[in-house]
Amino acid sequence: MIGGLFIYNHKGEVLISRVYRDDIGRNAVDAFRVNVIHARQQVRSPVTNIARTSFFHVKRSNIWLAAVTKQNVNAAMVFEFLYKMCDVMTAYFGKISEENIKNNFVLIYELLDEILDFGYPQNSETGALKTFITQQGIKGQPQTKEEQSQITSQVTGQIGWRREGIKYRRNELFLDVLESVNLLMSPQGQVLSAHVSGRVVMKSYLSGMPECKFGMNDKIVIDKQGKGGTTDEPGKSGKQSIAIDDCTFHQCVRLSKFDSERSISFIPPDGEYELMRYRTTKDIILPFRVIPLVREVGRTKLEVKVVIKSNFKPSLLAQKIEVRIPTPLNTSGVQVICMKGKAKYKASENAIVWKIKRMAGMKESQISAEIELLPTNDKKKWARPPISMNFEVPFAPSGLKVRYLKVFESKLNYSDHDVIKWVRYIGRSGIYETRC
Amino acid sequence: MPAVSKGDGMRGLAVFISDIRNCKSKEAEIKRINKELANIRSKFKGDKALDGYSKKKYVCKLLFIFLLGHDIDFGHMEAVNLLSSNKYTEKQIGYLFISVLVNSNSELIRLINNAIKNDLSSRNPTFMCLALHCIANVGSREMAEAFAGEIPRILVAGDTMDSVKQSAALCLLRLYKTSPDLVLMGEWTSRVVHLLNDQHMGVVTAAISLITCLSQKNPDEFKTCVSLAVSRLSRIVSSASTDLQDYTYYFVPAPWLSCKLLRLLQCYPPPEDGAVKGRLVECLETILNKAQEPPKSKKVQHSNAKNAILFEAISLIIHYDSEPNLLVRACNQLGQFLQHRETNLRYLALESMCTLASSEFSHEAVKTHIETVINALKTERDVSVRQRAADLLYAMCDRSNAKQIVAEMLSYLETADYSIREEMVLKVAILAEKYAVDYSWYVDTILNLIRIAGDYVSEEVWYRVIQIVINRDDVQGYAAKTVFEALQAPACHENMVKVGGYILGEFGNLIAGDPRSSPLVQFNLLHSKFHLCSVPTRALLLSAYIKFINLFPETKSTIQEVLRSDSQIRNSDVELQQRAVEYLKLSSIASTDVLATVLEEMPPFPERESSILAKLKKKKGPGAVSVNELEEGKREGGELNGGGERGGDSSAIASTPSPSADLLGLRAGPPVTAAAPSAGSLLVDVFSEAGVNDDGFLRFVCKNNGVLFENQLLQIGIKSEYRQNLGRMYLFYGNKTSVQFVTFTTTVTCPGELQSHILHIHTWNSLEPLIEGGAQVQQVINIECLTDFSDAPLLNIKFRYGGALQNLTLKLPVTINKFFQPTEMASHDFFQRWKQLSLPQQEAQKIFKANHAMDTEVLKAKLLGLGMALLENVDPNPENFVCAGVIQTKAQQVGSLLRLEPNAQAQMYRLTVRSSKDTVSKRLCELLAEQF
Repeated sequence: MIGGLFIYNHKGEVLISRVYRDDIGRNAVDAFRVNVIHARQQVRSPVTNIARTSFFHVKRSNIWLAAVTKQNVNAAMVFEFLYKMCDVMTAYFGKISEENIKNNFVLIYELLDEILDFGYPQNSETGALKTFITQQGIKGQPQTKEEQSQITSQVTGQIGWRREGIKYRRNELFLDVLESVNLLMSPQGQVLSAHVSGRVVMKSYLSGMPECKFGMNDKIVIDKQGKGGTTDEPGKSGKQSIAIDDCTFHQCVRLSKFDSERSISFIPPDGEYELMRYRTTKDIILPFRVIPLVREVGRTKLEVKVVIKSNFKPSLLAQKIEVRIPTPLNTSGVQVICMKGKAKYKASENAIVWKIKRMAGMKESQISAEIELLPTNDKKKWARPPISMNFEVPFAPSGLKVRYLKVFESKLNYSDHDVIKWVRYIGRSGIYETRC
Repeated sequence: MPAVSKGDGMRGLAVFISDIRNCKSKEAEIKRINKELANIRSKFKGDKALDGYSKKKYVCKLLFIFLLGHDIDFGHMEAVNLLSSNKYTEKQIGYLFISVLVNSNSELIRLINNAIKNDLSSRNPTFMCLALHCIANVGSREMAEAFAGEIPRILVAGDTMDSVKQSAALCLLRLYKTSPDLVLMGEWTSRVVHLLNDQHMGVVTAAISLITCLSQKNPDEFKTCVSLAVSRLSRIVSSASTDLQDYTYYFVPAPWLSCKLLRLLQCYPPPEDGAVKGRLVECLETILNKAQEPPKSKKVQHSNAKNAILFEAISLIIHYDSEPNLLVRACNQLGQFLQHRETNLRYLALESMCTLASSEFSHEAVKTHIETVINALKTERDVSVRQRAADLLYAMCDRSNAKQIVAEMLSYLETADYSIREEMVLKVAILAEKYAVDYSWYVDTILNLIRIAGDYVSEEVWYRVIQIVINRDDVQGYAAKTVFEALQAPACHENMVKVGGYILGEFGNLIAGDPRSSPLVQFNLLHSKFHLCSVPTRALLLSAYIKFINLFPETKSTIQEVLRSDSQIRNSDVELQQRAVEYLKLSSIASTDVLATVLEEMPPFPERESSILAKLKKKKGPGAVSVNELEEGKREGGELNGGGERGGDSSAIASTPSPSADLLGLRAGPPVTAAAPSAGSLLVDVFSEAGVNDDGFLRFVCKNNGVLFENQLLQIGIKSEYRQNLGRMYLFYGNKTSVQFVTFTTTVTCPGELQSHILHIHTWNSLEPLIEGGAQVQQVINIECLTDFSDAPLLNIKFRYGGALQNLTLKLPVTINKFFQPTEMASHDFFQRWKQLSLPQQEAQKIFKANHAMDTEVLKAKLLGLGMALLENVDPNPENFVCAGVIQTKAQQVGSLLRLEPNAQAQMYRLTVRSSKDTVSKRLCELLAEQF
């Protein structure tokens, strides 16, 4: 029950303001601006309570999206909606920026009318929305009555995310497993916290109304099959299964079937969509190990040595590696020596940034820096923020494997074997930090 | 001052600032600043020494970054270095940085102070000024300590430049304001005062600010300044507009200086020296004359400057309040302003007139402007001006024009702004009451008030009406009639219903003769409003109904019907239900005589000051009108209440009595000691009666638990238990205020020979010397009875509350009867023992009057509480009570028998106690005599 939705630019000017309920007054717009955007202290919490009104906000680059309500709503629902809203906007006009929002404000109001009704989230499936909210305007392609009724029956029907009568000459399926691995490690190499949040993103170009079934090395499924003794692929199962902590699915997945049999079956939307999201915390493969060494030489000098080790199969190549070594606030000069890649002191970010384009598995590399300090009046000690790292690796750090993805279409005569399937794994760094 | 040359413009700084201004987001700004900070750090760190220019530039950048809200933790040293530069711009930036970013770093402060000292002792006036400005801007205690001795010397030195003197005077003022104890004028005083004679007007202007501030603190030392100020003022006032060259502002000679001089004079009473006074009066007259002259310029600055002096002069005249001629002239001048185009002028004129109205010399003169003021109230566009107009009307009101003013205020109330309505209502109510000669007019006015602005009429206002109506016989009939008529309006305010219900309930009989307002009509009228009212009003109406039953027996059945209806007798509100049930019973059971007694007309309220007045004072605070109010109160004192006492001052101190109690007249104003304890700073010794408080004591003879003592601050509860000759007493000290009690100590003492009779050991349970507000602490006292005793131990409590030491002594309720062991015995045993104890000294007898109702059950409970066994069926007369028990002491056991014979007709008791020890008999008899 969202009462209203506002979009602000970085200055706190309102770009979009849509109020769904009477209990939200105009002053709510200002309240958020004053108390959050222009707040003296940076507001960390995404939920702010001002005068019995709750503001839920997300920030995309310089743009603030805030949902407002006076009721006790499910906060997770509101955020899910806001993220969805971002996805929808991105799908319609690309990057969310002040420029784009200003250019598409009519479209945004149209979308807001459609995906929220009296504050209740409605169908926010981009594919479905695109059939009746078009960017061409009325002149573009006038829809025939038939098309209109088709849209209506689809949107209001049971399978609101897919329309009937889709035909492709080549039936293709793309499946990406995208994971981001988060880590906090102590200087001694002890893992303080680590988790992987992953997404399975699909792009499907299939004819008709196909029924798909997706299988992966979920521990519960594998164990069950192992017990039943009817494994499809004997030998492979059991060993490399992963424990999924929690997962959420796209609305097309039949949840009842997942609950009872833990099998993921669905009629896919046409085009690109996110099939599931999941999180794992156990047995994570950490692609890199960072070994820091910081030595203070007197009051005016600091020596830093950082070694990174790659920890995966030598045949694989990690890309876009970037190590960020924070420097004290009173740094007055930096000298850096590194074997591989390029390193630079970035004064504007108070950090040394070390970039390596490519790095194979089971290698190691090293950087050393000498930092000169300016003596200051304050006796405050430097807080030593952690060293952070960015990278991209071509495997799933959680260990997730796609076992099968079957397509059944009973009405049209193509079978599972006729569908061309592509699977790709990408592991990225989330917040990957090592204390020093 | 050396101007900043073009070549000195710092390009790097300009670029940096424009970079920051062009940043799209906060993040970008932070990045740019981080980069710049790193750059400055590397520059400051760099091996080669920086030249003055770049140092200045970087310090400027740091200052700018600091002003943007970022922390700066370096660069102080560079800034201090700049102080010793010889270039003005560099020194200036250095001082700027220091005054903005000074921190109490000891070694730096020393360096800074050193640099300032150098500059102060230099002969360069610009540098001296910079140093003085820095001292004033920082204005810290450290600065005062270092330079408070130096600056007066500079100020009065003969060879100091005028501009430096100016700065020095203002710098000293600033230091005096932050740490007055460090700025000792002493020897400088007379020389500072003589600065008023300085040639340079700027120096005089600066000095006068300093002198005004200093003379407010110690007026006597600076008394000499009065004559100097007067002569200076007269020189300015009489000067031609061209005389003062630079200090003539739009043809007005030195307006700021004049204003300051006039304000300085307001710190002192009128000069005693005739010559000086004559000169001053002359000045003031000249100022008033000048106001009449045609303006020399059409520019607004000219009239502003002129009026500023004029208003300051008028406030001086009001301050002196001794020159009737001037006061009247001032009043006339203000009267002209009342119709001026400028809203601000009208506002100021009204405000000044308010104070003028309180002066006896000009009160009449103010009154001549009544029409204009009323007009202002009606037509003024600005609400603040209307507010002032209302204030002025209130201030100028007296008996001659009260009716007109009240009528005008009432009519204005209909359209008045919401923000001032409540205050207006109070003012109307007060004026109506204060100047009421004719009480029907008063009643009319207040009823009108309720009709017009019912929502803003506070409880006090309508309570007051009722009080006055009840106290004045002559107005009661009229009031009843008017109320009855007012209630006939289809919609009337709830406050009106309240007043109506009360007055008709009391005096409805006075108008019952008229068939148009027969009792039943009256009742129906009231009852038609009943259902629209809130619970308290309904409760009041129910009371009015029962009064109707008494006044008009013919309405009895109708009213009983109403009371009996489910909506009353089963009302969900307890208060209403109880009233309905009780009134119904009362009306059906009690005889007419009883009814008439119970429902007699309310007695007159005690005469006392209007609580409305107190409320208005509280609302406004000690403002101008309030002062005025007191004076008025003295002058017109006690008109309404027939010359009754009118404690004009006491009401200002005493807190307003709570409204509900007020109507009942329970809490009259005077007892200041009963003031609300919530005021934490109240320095009232609540326990001022130093004697021992023992009324709580006797209540405990027959019971062991209860509240021993209670006042606004403290409550002491007792729980005790006794077994044989031992006892244990729990004392609970509860702090009833929100402020903590400190150094809370209690001591138990046994006076006289009691020490040998009773032994007590007291243990402290978490009794700390501090009791938080609202908290309770517990103390345990163990008691052992050695032998029989008649006195009681004393409990002394000492603590500090809000700074005042409170001392309290109480008797601890330990009596001999507490150690009774009950003894059951048969009738025959009892009489046998009774006979055994037949010695005359063993018996104690007392005949006394009953203090309480003679209820058998209550008596039984009390006797049981005494600790003895109550023996049934022993005495041949069932009315009598007999008891038996043994007192356990460590030394011996004392058997006691008791007989109590009540006499219901005479309301008397006869009490006989026999025990084996004569002292015990006596003591028991004494104790018990007070109980029944």
